[in-house]
Amino acid sequence: MGFEYSIFILLLPLLSFIVLGLAGMKMSHKAAGLIGTCSLGLVTILSYMTAFQYFGADRVNDVYQTIVPYNFTWLPLGNLHFDMGILLDPISVMMLIVISTVSFMVHIYSFGYMHGEKGFQRYYAFLSLFTMSMLGLVLATNIFQMYMFWELVGVSSYLLIGFYYPLKPAIAASKKAFIVTRFADMFFLVGILTFGYFTDSFSFSFAGDIVMGQGTTPFIEGNMTKAVAAGAFIIPTALTLMFIGGAGKSAMFPLHIWLPDAMEGPTPVSALIHAATMVVAGVFQIARMFPLWIQYAPEAMSIVVWVGVFTAFYAAAVACAQSDIKRVLAFSTISQIAFMMVALGVSLPGHEAILDNHAQLGYMAGMFHLFTHAMFKACLFLGAGCIIHAVHSNEMAKMGQLRNRLPITHWTFLISCLAIAGIPFFSGFSSKDEIITACMEYSPVVGWIMTGIAAMTAFYMFRLYYGIFWGTPCKENEHHEMHEPVVMWLPLVILSVITVGVGVYTTLAGFLGWGGSFGSFVSAAGTDYTIHFDTQVAATSTIIAILSICLATYIYKGESQPIADCLYKTFPKLHRAAYKRFYQDEIWQYVTHRIIFRCISTPIAWFDRHVVDGTFNFMAWGANEGGESLRAWQSGDVRQYAVWFITGSVALTLILLCI
Amino acid sequence: MVPVECYFVLSTLLFFIGVYGFVTRRNLLAMLISVELVLNAVDVNFAAINRLLYPNDMEGMFMTLFVIGVAAAESAVAIAIIINVYRNFKSDTADSITNMKG
Repeated sequence: MGFEYSIFILLLPLLSFIVLGLAGMKMSHKAAGLIGTCSLGLVTILSYMTAFQYFGADRVNDVYQTIVPYNFTWLPLGNLHFDMGILLDPISVMMLIVISTVSFMVHIYSFGYMHGEKGFQRYYAFLSLFTMSMLGLVLATNIFQMYMFWELVGVSSYLLIGFYYPLKPAIAASKKAFIVTRFADMFFLVGILTFGYFTDSFSFSFAGDIVMGQGTTPFIEGNMTKAVAAGAFIIPTALTLMFIGGAGKSAMFPLHIWLPDAMEGPTPVSALIHAATMVVAGVFQIARMFPLWIQYAPEAMSIVVWVGVFTAFYAAAVACAQSDIKRVLAFSTISQIAFMMVALGVSLPGHEAILDNHAQLGYMAGMFHLFTHAMFKACLFLGAGCIIHAVHSNEMAKMGQLRNRLPITHWTFLISCLAIAGIPFFSGFSSKDEIITACMEYSPVVGWIMTGIAAMTAFYMFRLYYGIFWGTPCKENEHHEMHEPVVMWLPLVILSVITVGVGVYTTLAGFLGWGGSFGSFVSAAGTDYTIHFDTQVAATSTIIAILSICLATYIYKGESQPIADCLYKTFPKLHRAAYKRFYQDEIWQYVTHRIIFRCISTPIAWFDRHVVDGTFNFMAWGANEGGESLRAWQSGDVRQYAVWFITGSVALTLILLCI
Repeated sequence: MVPVECYFVLSTLLFFIGVYGFVTRRNLLAMLISVELVLNAVDVNFAAINRLLYPNDMEGMFMTLFVIGVAAAESAVAIAIIINVYRNFKSDTADSITNMKG
């Protein structure tokens, strides 16, 4: 059996988008939700089928084959051609699982969360559109197709952030998200065109080949020698430009500013788009272009590393001071994505083959963290949704002592917090540990910084946890009825079961050296890679994580929090700066409004209004004046015309005679 | 035999009388008649020059007949237009139709 059915993975959500978008308003809420959820259920089943079949197939030369069930030329352009198709390789199949699982959970969850909202059908239509675009992005056979779906993903993100469009902050946030990511995508496009121009190809066909590890024929299609001959800087430049696009989508500093604001959208949307799937598009992009990075631009990888390290630190620092629970999660998302970026960046060319497994630990670790993070972060966001649904506020001040009132949310939230903190037997431990090991191999400095950030992660996540479920209770909500509908707790339970299941297995596998862990499916060289934990790193990071959790417990668990207040009084400026996200938005505001708008846009606008418009207005004025002065000739008196006519012909005759 | 110059004088007279009438007359019918005079001047010229230059050929004569036919059709159309103008403007003078003024 082939993989022909994989086309339905894209067609079903598209169909459901069209049906819900066109006819949704005539349906009941329940029907619309069921259509969306059922089509997504089918997509999930198909994705799992694809995964089972793909990973169940035999390896050829120790690697999984890259399979292209569909590919057709959509737009030929001389040497270049834009193709559309489906590409199955380990990372795209892994992404299929992530996207369809999280999306399906979110579809189910939204039944409860969005219950009775105006525009419920529209919401499901947009969710379908998003799922279709994201799946298209990961299944793309070439950079250009990826770029198209990349933009579609941006549009659906914009539509969903602005879902509550009567509210001003939602509109502002959606515009901000769209403009910032679009600005970054401009660099992506320039990178793609540069790459395409010099290599004569947009195809990913190199990916399969180099990943397959032997490195003899890096390109089926495309002309890498031409690009190299044109200048050694060209491919690194193109890749760095593409990375800027990826950094915009994945909210890397300083393009992260849209993500915290994007939390204005409905919470399930934040879980799906702004935590689990869309924001990792940048990571996926680097992973997709990884063979090129490693072969032609290993030096440029250090940009990725340092951008990632800085973002991870910055976002973790900000997350420690936020009071809005969704903002804390947003910054933690930024920080975790930065972990994945760093992991990809620290992969160095191996010694024998270009891609030998051990040097490429970072690649596997980054993908692994992407997978585990998607699951536990979606769970955290959906849990936050349950809490917001119950207390009708995002502020931590309105929460406290909720552990008995929202028991299921409490337990799943705790599991996800333990996972993100990196406690053994929870999924985050295995992936984060691999990342830190890879960083240590790259450079001990990066390794220790990342360990420190991991400690901060544990600290702020448990600050959040204690702030919600322990700490000071809020007087207003004491007699408030709170309940958790089954459609809302079921996805939480499923996601935490995945978190624990993956965690337990991979932890045991890592310590005991079992196969069948994540590395067996996705690894840089494509070969079966058995994860072995570095005991020293594992022990250090576990101890540090536990210490941070203890610290957070000590500070935030009690009903009154003397230490937190004391710290707050000692460093009011630091707290304020962190709360204000170190004034990044203000800096951007200043740069755009005061510098770019005033010094560049205003003169351009003046030029447009006065010179460009002036030229055309002058021409129009000339035509108008000419017409006015000629209009007296059109007297409407036929005899007068006749006189002119005769005079003219006589004059012409005379002239001709004289000549 | 009448000398050929006489024909030319006649046609010139007819032509300029026609032009003069077309320019000076206000009545549409009078203007139409003036146009017919101009056409007749052309007919006379065709016939005379045909006889003067190519006595054995008949093209000029046929052209004359052709112009007469066309003139008949033209005056029929013109009169139809004049009748409609009269119905719409309650006037048969060219001065009253100045709707086309710019």
